[in-house]
Amino acid sequence: MPTTASTALPLKDVTTSNSTLRRYLHGLPGVDAVGLEARAASLGTRSIKTTAKAYAIDLAISMVDLTTLEGADTPGKVRSLGAKAVRPDPTDRTAPATAAVCVYPDMVAVAKESVAGSTVKVASVATAFPAGRAALPVKLADVRDAVAAGADEIDMVIDRGAFLAGNYLKVYEEIVAVKEACGASARLKVIFETGELSTYDNIRRASWLGMIAGADFIKTSTGKVAVNATPANTLLMLEAVRDFRAQTGVQVGVKPAGGIRTTKDAIKFLVLVNETAGADWLDNHWFRFGASSLLNDLLMQRQKLTTGRYSGPDYVTVD
Amino acid sequence: MSERTYERLNVFKTYKLYVGGKFPRSESGRVYEVSDAKGNWLANAPLSSRKDARDAVVAARKAFGGWAGATAYNRGQILYRVAEMLEGRREQFVREVADAEGLSKSKAAAQVDAAIDRWVWYAGWTDKIAQVVGGGNPVAGPYFNLSSPEPTGVVVVLAPQESSFLGLVSVLAPVIATGNTAIVIAGEKSPLPALSLGEVLATSDVPGGVVNILSGRTAEIAPPLAAHQDVNAIDLAGADEVLAKELEIAAADNLKRVLRPQSVDNAHWFTTPGTERMTAFLETKTVWHPTGSLGAGGSSY
Repeated sequence: MPTTASTALPLKDVTTSNSTLRRYLHGLPGVDAVGLEARAASLGTRSIKTTAKAYAIDLAISMVDLTTLEGADTPGKVRSLGAKAVRPDPTDRTAPATAAVCVYPDMVAVAKESVAGSTVKVASVATAFPAGRAALPVKLADVRDAVAAGADEIDMVIDRGAFLAGNYLKVYEEIVAVKEACGASARLKVIFETGELSTYDNIRRASWLGMIAGADFIKTSTGKVAVNATPANTLLMLEAVRDFRAQTGVQVGVKPAGGIRTTKDAIKFLVLVNETAGADWLDNHWFRFGASSLLNDLLMQRQKLTTGRYSGPDYVTVD
Repeated sequence: MSERTYERLNVFKTYKLYVGGKFPRSESGRVYEVSDAKGNWLANAPLSSRKDARDAVVAARKAFGGWAGATAYNRGQILYRVAEMLEGRREQFVREVADAEGLSKSKAAAQVDAAIDRWVWYAGWTDKIAQVVGGGNPVAGPYFNLSSPEPTGVVVVLAPQESSFLGLVSVLAPVIATGNTAIVIAGEKSPLPALSLGEVLATSDVPGGVVNILSGRTAEIAPPLAAHQDVNAIDLAGADEVLAKELEIAAADNLKRVLRPQSVDNAHWFTTPGTERMTAFLETKTVWHPTGSLGAGGSSY
């Protein structure tokens, strides 16, 4: 079993200065964009039926980070989301609980209370989500607040401005500082906002940078920009965590977020996980979906499999 | 220059489904042979699967809000536009109906003309049905009490098996005239006029998804639709007695409205219909509005 990333950081020597870090990240092999997209597309053509489909749906439900990140979030909405996470289908108690609920820091206490006594974790976005444009002390205070309120997981955003300007060490040090603020209790997910990184090469570099800095999870996006999780960029990140474990022995999780709305899409992602990173990642400790409407589609498909008739949006909760 | 004469290649028409405003092939990739009344091959039609049916429900549900929310007057204009477009394609439909039902050209033309007139007739009804089945109700109290009809929702229509075009129009037009969206299962033996109607609807300002047309085995596509939890009503016009019973049982699960098949002969479709086919797929909403005192002392207005 691989160790967690919290102890000695791997590849410590590449982070001594910005130039060594830059040399290391730019020394990573370039991404064959056409090949990557073709591979992701071909893995999306697998036909998953009957018992395998039932297994995949339950696995996907158990991997959902049920998310609400709106300015209009109320305690009532967060509580109903928590209730839904604990028991997604009130008409069928065999439906598994989701992995976590994902909220803004000020809603962590409410979310924590609403999932008390269950396996559902509370994840909080932090570090001036979604733009990440704030001073480091502000970001760290944001993280400490969320952890103090009981967050089990912290979803941070990297400073894309610094990353794109080539200031990798700044990004690295920020992730290290946030990881420290998370303490031993909270797992850290690092959001790259792949839609703003422009190239696949940048996504590969960001993945390695995040993992070297001690991320427990690498996450595609915030869900707040035009391009979110795609099969191709998730495949790229899965290759990164696979190679990172092979090189350092440390296993890191992956979380695609935003834009995954249908059961069909979710199952395609699970195929990517199994074929790229391997079965070790087919567990909600190592793979998550950041989503809100996906859960309803998974539940409707689940009802279709158990009852034999197509379900409709009138039979799942609207959150 | 002299006119060039040469032997032309045959240009066969690929008949396709009409779902969500697009013309997809069946998800299953299957087709079946359609022949005329004498058994000669006419074309291959898509053999829809239950997944095509599911996609059609999604498209119909998506289109429902906009279509039901459009003003009745606007819906009337759009349905009239359908009649205009049909008029332009009259010859094509005459040929298809003649082939499908083994009719002479003049008899087929009578069917098509009656079908076009039926569209116009229902187009006129869109902004009048509310006055006929809705209105103010006298109640014992200081209230205005108003009832107004609202569309039921997503309606599955099993088109009549024998009347491939006039029968089809006579069951489809009343469903969408009042603001429902429809999934039509074309007659199994002669689906070509229905599939061509999709092409007319696509060019008549009817929003995509308001009408979705599937061809294939009625007994294969209808049961999953009858059991579908997101379908609000089903018109069993094209079902035989055994199938109708099975579908009615499946439809009971989410309390769908069911319009049972009526035994009709072909001449029936020529008679001017009543409002029954419209009212079958309407729900009545009643609103109580307090008026204050309207006694002998006069109104409080």
